[in-house]
Amino acid sequence: MALDRWIALIFVAMCCVYGYAAFFTMDQLLPPFMQRNPVWPSTFPKILAVAGVICGMVVLLGLEKQGDDKEPSATDINYRRLQDYNTEQAIGLLILMVAYALALRPLGFVGSTILFLSAGGFILGERKFHIMIPVAALATFIIWYLVQEVLGIFLRPWPFFLA
Amino acid sequence: MLEGLMIGLQTAINPFNLGMVVFGCIIGTFIGMLPGLGPMSIIAIMIPIAITLGDPTAALILLAGVYYGAIFGGSTSSILLNAPGVAGTVATSFDGYPMARKGQAGKALTIAAVSSFMGGTIGAVLLMVFAPMLSSVALLFHSAEYFALMVVGLSAIAAFAGTGQVGKAVMMTLLGLMMATVGEGALAAMPRFTAGILDLQSGFSFITLAMAMFALPEAMFLVMNPARSAQGGSDEDKSGTINNMRFSRAEGRAIAPVIGRQSVQGFFIGVLPGAGATIASFLGYAVERNLATKEEQAEFGKGSIKGLAAPETANNAACTGSFVPLLTLGIPGSGTTAILLGALLALNVTPGPRLMVDEPQVFWAVIISMYIGNLVLLVLNLPLIPYIAKVLSIPRNYLIPFILFFTLMGAYIGQNNSTELLILVGFGVIATILRFADYPLAPLLIGFILGTMLEDNFSRSMQLYQGLGFILERPMTLGLLVLAAFLVVLPTYRAARARNRAKGVADGD
Repeated sequence: MALDRWIALIFVAMCCVYGYAAFFTMDQLLPPFMQRNPVWPSTFPKILAVAGVICGMVVLLGLEKQGDDKEPSATDINYRRLQDYNTEQAIGLLILMVAYALALRPLGFVGSTILFLSAGGFILGERKFHIMIPVAALATFIIWYLVQEVLGIFLRPWPFFLA
Repeated sequence: MLEGLMIGLQTAINPFNLGMVVFGCIIGTFIGMLPGLGPMSIIAIMIPIAITLGDPTAALILLAGVYYGAIFGGSTSSILLNAPGVAGTVATSFDGYPMARKGQAGKALTIAAVSSFMGGTIGAVLLMVFAPMLSSVALLFHSAEYFALMVVGLSAIAAFAGTGQVGKAVMMTLLGLMMATVGEGALAAMPRFTAGILDLQSGFSFITLAMAMFALPEAMFLVMNPARSAQGGSDEDKSGTINNMRFSRAEGRAIAPVIGRQSVQGFFIGVLPGAGATIASFLGYAVERNLATKEEQAEFGKGSIKGLAAPETANNAACTGSFVPLLTLGIPGSGTTAILLGALLALNVTPGPRLMVDEPQVFWAVIISMYIGNLVLLVLNLPLIPYIAKVLSIPRNYLIPFILFFTLMGAYIGQNNSTELLILVGFGVIATILRFADYPLAPLLIGFILGTMLEDNFSRSMQLYQGLGFILERPMTLGLLVLAAFLVVLPTYRAARARNRAKGVADGD
């Protein structure tokens, strides 16, 4: 089964869970004075859930007439050529972003951002540390200064033990 | 009116006020380029400065300059990085980013600047002429009409549905609408679909979702397939065309009617409180796609100049239009104008029907400063375009970490919550998989943006009319819904007809 149909299957399953929550759990919490209203907080989600299941089934069962398959160009993204792509680098960057999110509080904005920018360049194959680290540090300080000092949005610049 | 204009001109061309327009435009453009800081936040940040000026006219002129600058700055990150920082510039990235990828970043930015200028200027003329009259028309729009207008805005999804893609586009829209229902609902302050997670109480944030749907997958694709960033010929060719900001006379002729139509349409949508630049830009895109010829339609989404000019003109015209209810009725039509209203009240100016009579210098000076602001933006930005476009020639190993960093910052600045970053990465991965499976992501974002407004207005109409009766009882609602259906069905019908005709030719009919 093609990837788009797998996604349609997951979507239909998600709509069922969403619909279950809308049809069977939300209305129990409704205060009595609202029960006489023609529209409840669950009304719109119920409509969406039903429409979602119908639409997901149309894609899942391939009921729609497909267009002519064109030959994908070299710059198009095609999951069948996944092994030709730099998937490791992409996964490395995703892990780095998660690490950045987790490090922002304990390490502070300045430290974690310099590390993020340098490590990002490293993952992509940059080895000129003498350029990369100063560029990262300079950019970080400029952005921190602009955002916190000029615009007044607090960023918690330093690690927790210095704050 | 002429007397008012003269008063306005006199006030606006005072060197101090002129300086304020220029300062506002510069600040707005540069901060607006940072994803995550939209016009609303920038204006909020600038309010203390504006209030310390003490003069309401100068303050309003400064804030109007910041507003225009921020909208233009937002388009820059949409075009160059596919990172729309503001809902109103999402539609700009549909064709702006493909143009930048083709090596036409300079041209795309110029078209954006010229369209914004024209949209803003024509909008200002319309504001001057129609403001008093329109304020009463805007009040005729009730929730039923707003609901129908949102549905018309949703019809923009048809533009992303290629052959065999209608189901997928609708599916993505529904997913966006479902995501909009997460958090406290329209009717009661009752949390819905939060699974008990406190961070979801206020729902997903637009900026997180926009970054996850557009900027992050694109950055991932640039990493995975380096050929993607090298599109548009060799590096030498590219650096030659990337800075080239000129568009040909034929291209100018092609976008002129688009600009004309969208200035008017965008302005009138902007006048309606609550509709604003976002719907104007989506609707502008959808309408222009329907009006385009078959060959031009195929270009939409792949770097069409019409597809870029339409939303850019419409969102600027709508920004001008949103001043109509603010200045004439004292009703803020959008979050941004609500903040402006707050600033005005702090400066002891009460906008409303009496403003034109009691303080004509404020009213007219703002209108005149809109012309000047637009002109300053054009003069300021055109020479800067080659330098701004150069961002794309930064080596990949440096550019990509910075794109990712700005993507993360966009979500972080507004919320100061690192959970938001984890949500962004999670959605970014899902969006990348969806892109792999050829699902269009723009409909998801359109659904998400319009979802809350759609549900609010739908619920209010249902309550007022005790059911779905409002559709038949209000002719304007019915008319708008028919228009929406027409906008969705027409492209599919035209495509089917063209396919049948081609088949007929192939069969020798």
